[in-house]
Amino acid sequence: MAKVFKQRNTIIVLIALAILFPLLTTNTYFIHIMSLAFIWMIGVYGLNLLAGYTGYLSLAHAGFFAIGAYGMGLLTVKAEMNFWLAMLLSLVITGIIGFVVGIIALRTKEHFFAIYTLCLGYIIYLVIDKWDSLTEGVRGLIGIPAPTPIGPITFETEHSHYYFILFFLLLVVFIMYRIVHSLSGRTYIAIRNSEDLAQTIGISTMKNKLTVFVISTIFAGLSGALYASFVRFIGPDIGNIAITFDLLTYLLVGGIGTLSGPLVGTLLIVWLSQMLQDFQQYRMLIFGPLLTLLVIFYPRGIAGAISSWNQKRQMKLAGKAASANARVRKTGEILPDQQAKEG
Amino acid sequence: MLSLKNVAVKYGSFTAVHDVNIEVTSGEIVVLLGSNGAGKSTVFRTISGLNKPSAGDVLFEGNKINRRSADQIVQFGIGQCPEGRKLFPAMTVQENLRMGGYVHRRKRDEIKHSLEHVFELFPILKEKRNDAAGSLSGGQQQMLAIGRTLMSKPKLMLLDEPSVGLAPLIVEQMFEVIQKINKEGTTILLAEQNANAALKIADKGYVFENGTIVLEGTSEDLFANDEVRKAYIGA
Repeated sequence: MAKVFKQRNTIIVLIALAILFPLLTTNTYFIHIMSLAFIWMIGVYGLNLLAGYTGYLSLAHAGFFAIGAYGMGLLTVKAEMNFWLAMLLSLVITGIIGFVVGIIALRTKEHFFAIYTLCLGYIIYLVIDKWDSLTEGVRGLIGIPAPTPIGPITFETEHSHYYFILFFLLLVVFIMYRIVHSLSGRTYIAIRNSEDLAQTIGISTMKNKLTVFVISTIFAGLSGALYASFVRFIGPDIGNIAITFDLLTYLLVGGIGTLSGPLVGTLLIVWLSQMLQDFQQYRMLIFGPLLTLLVIFYPRGIAGAISSWNQKRQMKLAGKAASANARVRKTGEILPDQQAKEG
Repeated sequence: MLSLKNVAVKYGSFTAVHDVNIEVTSGEIVVLLGSNGAGKSTVFRTISGLNKPSAGDVLFEGNKINRRSADQIVQFGIGQCPEGRKLFPAMTVQENLRMGGYVHRRKRDEIKHSLEHVFELFPILKEKRNDAAGSLSGGQQQMLAIGRTLMSKPKLMLLDEPSVGLAPLIVEQMFEVIQKINKEGTTILLAEQNANAALKIADKGYVFENGTIVLEGTSEDLFANDEVRKAYIGA
């Protein structure tokens, strides 16, 4: 009970900080960076739901990000559609493409899934880059509108746009929380654990994987649509594979398969990148080795490391750290010493 | 209830089992005996739909099920308890059990009822219901694996080597529970190497060697058979 209470307080404090942030700084540039970070977080959550919970690592997410962004851009700039309708439609389009792609991609597994989606992401990028008549190719799309006002609420200033994006981030986090703490969430973890085992308890793995894939691509699409309306300009580069690896880096650093991982990882790296801006070319010299070390020593990222550290501490408090902790093993097998004790 | 007719299964070009004929009647305990690699687990995986037979048919209650997917087969009423007590180690005991009732997930009362039933069969699981499954002892993990299978309310339960790696006393308890589950109305198909314990509770048995059945009969017959005694009982 105390734990739930503590958790709730942490969440309230975080939300309050996020709401107060624009009032604490007069530098609009910081608000700009923070808004962008929020946009990336939504995409990272999409990747996390799929890769972190079902174990399917998609490398096509920059592609879906771009589909969301271009859907938004084309519908508002070229079709001159209402902002909100365009946003909704671009999510639907992303979801439909995700569905079709998922049916085929999810027949593959593990490395093959990663390679398949890698190629797929590149194809999406190529289509956007080369289909001049529709996407304007390398010239990109200019003049994507900011959200149209809802009643008295307008989205003209940096501040209002910040809150607009924050709203969607909170919505995504809320949806993620509900999914992860439901039977569906455990179903996805069961699939990650072992698909054979999941099937033998009656889980239709294809149906569940496809659902997750579609939700995950919609998150990526939402992230893209918000990006388009925030930056006001999009080019084919946003579909580049480098974006997928950015998202993946945020996720790995923050903690794959954790709820807070995408927040932690994205914030940390976005701000680190800002601080290291003077060393543009050499940034990767720092990030590369750091990421390698992190993956080796903390495969579940910062959030994962903190939660296992917390668990260990609690076990110690309960006075059974040594015995219980040694026995929790990934494979679910038993240790020889326990077998001996059975008799 | 369940019949396998001339079933063969291939892994690539390698034939793992061939010419397998098995007949399980409702209410029985049937045991498959055989050493490692004889093909027992392959037969189980074929019944539960994880492998597809390359020849022959699998019939359950008169319907062909060999082309059905594994999750559909669970809904028909075949529950598999896999070898090596494969659990969801990070989930709690109760969460594991609830996952086992996945096919009945919309019927909350039924799940609650099944959960109570499993706790009645294995009181230790009730005691440890909030512990991570991975922290249980070997015997408890096996109980949990069986309990999880029961949660799907199978008409036929496939039990793959429940005694493996357990101390003799625990094995004895395990077989008592299996017998009890059977008496409560679940038909059981059991794969075992421990012929001594298995034949005591079984109605009939099949002996597997090199991917096919070499001997079949009632458990009394098999128990009295010299070759079976030599190979599996050691007397």
